[in-house]
Amino acid sequence: MRWYWIDRFIEFESGRYAKAIKNISLAEDHLHDHFPNYPMIPSSLVIEGMAQTGGLLVSEYNHFAEKVVLAKVPKVTFFCEAIPGDTLTYTTTIEHIKQEGAMVSATSYKGQKLHAEAEIFFAHLSDPRLESLFGPEIFLRMMRLLGAFEVGHAADGSPLVPPARLLQAVEAEEAND
Amino acid sequence: MPTKDEIFEKIQVALVDALGVDDDEVTPEATLVGDLGAESIDFLDIVFRLEKGFDIKIPRGELFPEDVLTDSQYVQDGRVTEAGIEELRKRMPFANLAAFAENPVVQDFGNVLTVADMCRFVESKVEVAG
Repeated sequence: MRWYWIDRFIEFESGRYAKAIKNISLAEDHLHDHFPNYPMIPSSLVIEGMAQTGGLLVSEYNHFAEKVVLAKVPKVTFFCEAIPGDTLTYTTTIEHIKQEGAMVSATSYKGQKLHAEAEIFFAHLSDPRLESLFGPEIFLRMMRLLGAFEVGHAADGSPLVPPARLLQAVEAEEAND
Repeated sequence: MPTKDEIFEKIQVALVDALGVDDDEVTPEATLVGDLGAESIDFLDIVFRLEKGFDIKIPRGELFPEDVLTDSQYVQDGRVTEAGIEELRKRMPFANLAAFAENPVVQDFGNVLTVADMCRFVESKVEVAG
């Protein structure tokens, strides 16, 4: 399975920004080690959550035709900690996007309080050998599971729908099975 | 229309943000790879910041023509050939390639580009105030 570090999209505006929430729960095993008797979400997983929010936003912009990978986090600042019971809201905004990759700015809010902010840089991979890691069914499932098509809008304001190429690819795969 | 000083200052900010270096390290003579520690992915980051900061377009390979360095027509036994140096001069008129041309080992090419070269590159893409 994929490692999900966001629970649901609450806004998804194609080519512009996406907002997702992450509920922190004591049921997450790793929190019992990070740290014993003082659980808090590891900062690295907050970065991963912001990257998942931004990565799907960047991928959707290109109709999932590019292999988008987290390349670099040039800047990240944490202002406070987040503990079980907190809900984090990650907002990622596309700052710049071109053929080779994309830069997004990201924030994490705990209620009204700024919890973290970051710049995240994604690269588009061209290596065809990595195709299996970027199957269309993976993205279709992730976007559906995270509710992106329930809350999202395309650039023209119409409801966000799965790109035709993604649906066709999944249908073709199912027909082959 | 920016002045040369303003171009340098903006490039300084871009490099501080992209490479996590201090602004006093970003001198005109500093090399991007050797002195400022830039790695390959950083060049794309820098290109993004220059495009955004100066509202310009930088096509792939224009600032750093890596395709020349992987072209067997221009590289032999890990060294850039005469024709390769000529091609690099043509593609990078903003860079001083004299020292590299004396001992053109491909691996050392990363050390060619300086902050001053980058300023000249941007100056060639924007109108500079008197």
